[in-house]
Amino acid sequence: MIPGVDGFMYPNETELQWSILIVLYPFITGLVAGAFILASLERVFKVEAVKPTYRLALLTALSFLLVAPLPLQLHLGHPERSFEMYLTPHTSSAMAMFGFVYLWYLTVVLLLEIWLDYRVEIVHLSKHSTGPLRLVYKALTLGSDNVSEGARRIDDRVGYTITVIGIPSAFMLHGYVGFIFGSIKANPWWSTPLMPVVFLFSAMVSGIAAVMLLYMAAMKVKGLRIDMRCVDTIAKYLFYTFVIDFTLEMLDLIHRTYEADESFRSLNFMVHTRLWASHVLLQIGAGTVVPLALLAATQLRRFSEAARKVIYVCAGSLTLIGIFAMRWNVVIGGQLFSKSFLGYTTYKMDLVTREGLLPAILLMLLPFAIFFVLIKLLPPWQHSEASGD
Amino acid sequence: MEMNRRDLFRFGGKLLVLASAGATLEQIIGAEPAPEAYKQADHWWGMIIDIEKCIGCGNCVKACSKENNVPDGFFRTWVERYEVPEGYTNPKVTSPKGAIDGFPLPQPTDLKAFFVPKLCNHCADSPCTQVCPVGATFVSPDGVVLVDKEYCLGCRYCVQACPYGCRYLNPETETIDKCTLCYHRITKGLTTACCENCPTQARVLVDFKNPKDPVHEFLRTHKVSVLKPQMATEAKVYYNNLDGAVR
Repeated sequence: MIPGVDGFMYPNETELQWSILIVLYPFITGLVAGAFILASLERVFKVEAVKPTYRLALLTALSFLLVAPLPLQLHLGHPERSFEMYLTPHTSSAMAMFGFVYLWYLTVVLLLEIWLDYRVEIVHLSKHSTGPLRLVYKALTLGSDNVSEGARRIDDRVGYTITVIGIPSAFMLHGYVGFIFGSIKANPWWSTPLMPVVFLFSAMVSGIAAVMLLYMAAMKVKGLRIDMRCVDTIAKYLFYTFVIDFTLEMLDLIHRTYEADESFRSLNFMVHTRLWASHVLLQIGAGTVVPLALLAATQLRRFSEAARKVIYVCAGSLTLIGIFAMRWNVVIGGQLFSKSFLGYTTYKMDLVTREGLLPAILLMLLPFAIFFVLIKLLPPWQHSEASGD
Repeated sequence: MEMNRRDLFRFGGKLLVLASAGATLEQIIGAEPAPEAYKQADHWWGMIIDIEKCIGCGNCVKACSKENNVPDGFFRTWVERYEVPEGYTNPKVTSPKGAIDGFPLPQPTDLKAFFVPKLCNHCADSPCTQVCPVGATFVSPDGVVLVDKEYCLGCRYCVQACPYGCRYLNPETETIDKCTLCYHRITKGLTTACCENCPTQARVLVDFKNPKDPVHEFLRTHKVSVLKPQMATEAKVYYNNLDGAVR
C-alpha cells in the first residue's frame, strides 16, 4: 500500500508532475489577459466610464506578464535549456508556442501600448525630474521627444491599432494556455475543446475582478474618491462575463455527466471526494455562485454607494479565489486520478523546496512589487483624479 | 603419464601464455566477425506480449532496472495483476513495486486472474513526441520512441500526454526517462533485457520490417489487441489474449 494512494495507479503516476507553480501559470496569464481586455473596453469599444482604470489595467497586465514565465522556469528540470524553445521549437507542440506568444504579447502589444500612452509624460518627466530618475525617463523616451500635436495624434492612432491587435492577442495568450490542457487526449479531465474558451472567459473574469479591486484599493490608499460610475460599469462587465464563464463550465459539467464515458465514474468519484472542498465548495460555491449572486443583486436592486463598495470588494475577492480554485482543480485535479481510472493519488505540497508553497507565495507577491514600482515610475492617476474629484 | 606438482605448474603456465597470445592475436586481427552495420531504415521494432504465458515472476522488471540503471521507485516496465469479478467492470489491480520482486502468492479465488506486463508502446503516432516543446523526444527511423537527455527541458508535458503512464522524470538527470526498447542492445543484434530474461517467452521483441520475423505468422493466427486502442496512437506493443478489463 502506497501512502496517499487509493486503488491502483500506474507505478509512475503516484507523484504529481505539475505542482502549484503550474497552477500559478494559468492564473497569472489569466489576470494579464483579463486586465488587458478591460483596458481595451475604453480604448477600442469607447466605454468611457472605465477610463479611470485604463492605465491601471495596462500596468496590472504588465506586472503580471513579467512574472508569468517565472513559475515555468522554476518548474523545469533544466531551466538553462528553456531558450531552446525559441531556437528549435517543435512545431507540433502547443507548449513550444508559449515563448512566441509571450514575446509578441509583451513587446508588440503591452510595452508598445504603454509606451505610446505614457510618451508625453515620459518626455515631460525626462526634462523636469532630477537625479537618476531623469536618466531613467530619458532612456524611456527611446530618443523620441517630439510631443507636438501631430506626434500625439500619431501616438493615439498607433496605440489604437495596437489595442485592436492586442485583443485577439490577449485571447490567443490565454486561449492557448487552455489549449495546452484541452489538447491532451490522454487526460479526460482536461481533454475538451471547451477548455480554451473556458480559460479565456475565466481569464477575463479574473482580470476584471483584479483591476476593480486594485483600483478601489489604490484610490483608498491615495485618499482619492472612487469613481462609482466606473466601478459600477466594471462590476456590470464582470457580471456578464462571469455569467458566460459559468454557463460554459456548467455546459462542460452537464455534457460530461450526460455522456458518462468510461472516465466518468472515476472523475465523478474524485469530485465527490478529493476535489470536493476545492471544486464544489470553493470554486463553484464560494467562488462562483456567491459572487454571481452578489453581482446580480447589484444589477437588480439599487444599493447605497457604501453597500455597493462592500459588495464589489466581496464579489471581487471571492471571484479571484474561485478562479484560483478553478486553476488548481484543472492542474492538480487532472493528476489526482490514474489514467487507468482505477485509483487516486494525493498531492503532497512541499513548503520551501523549488516547487513548494513558499516560492509560490513569493511569485504571487512579486507582481504587486512590480506594480508598485511601475505606478511610482508611471503614475496612472491623472485620469482618475480628473474624473474622481 | 604421471604428473607431479612442478609439471602441473609448468604445463599450466604454458597454457596460460598460449591462451593470452591467442587472445591478443584475436584482438589484433579482430577474429570475431564484425557485426553487420545496423541500418535504422531496415527495422521497425515492436513487441508481442502473450498474457497467458506471463507468470508474474518480475524477472523482466528486475532485468530492465539493472540493465538501464532505473532509479528506485520508477519503472520502464512493470507487471500488473488483474482480478476481474464476473460482470464487474472495476477489476482489482495490483503491482507491488512494479512487481520487481514478483507477486506474493495469491489467495485462492474464483475470480479471473492474470498478469499484464506493461512498457512504453512505442507508438508510431505518439502523443508524447507530439507535445514535446523542443522535439527532445522523438520516434527513431526504426520505430523506437527515444528521449535526447542532452536536450530535454524536463517540463514533463510528455508525461501528461502519455496515456499509458510509461514516462517519469529521472531525479538524477532531471530529464525524462522511459523504455528505450534497450536500443543499445537491439542495434547490436541482441534482444531487450526484459525479453531475454522472461522465462516463458511471454514477451518477444519483434521487427515488423523483417519478413522472416515470426511476428507476421503470429499476427495472422492470433487475436491480438493493443492497450487503449481508442487513443489511436498506433501502439506497437501487441497483446495476445488481452482481456477487455485491462486499462
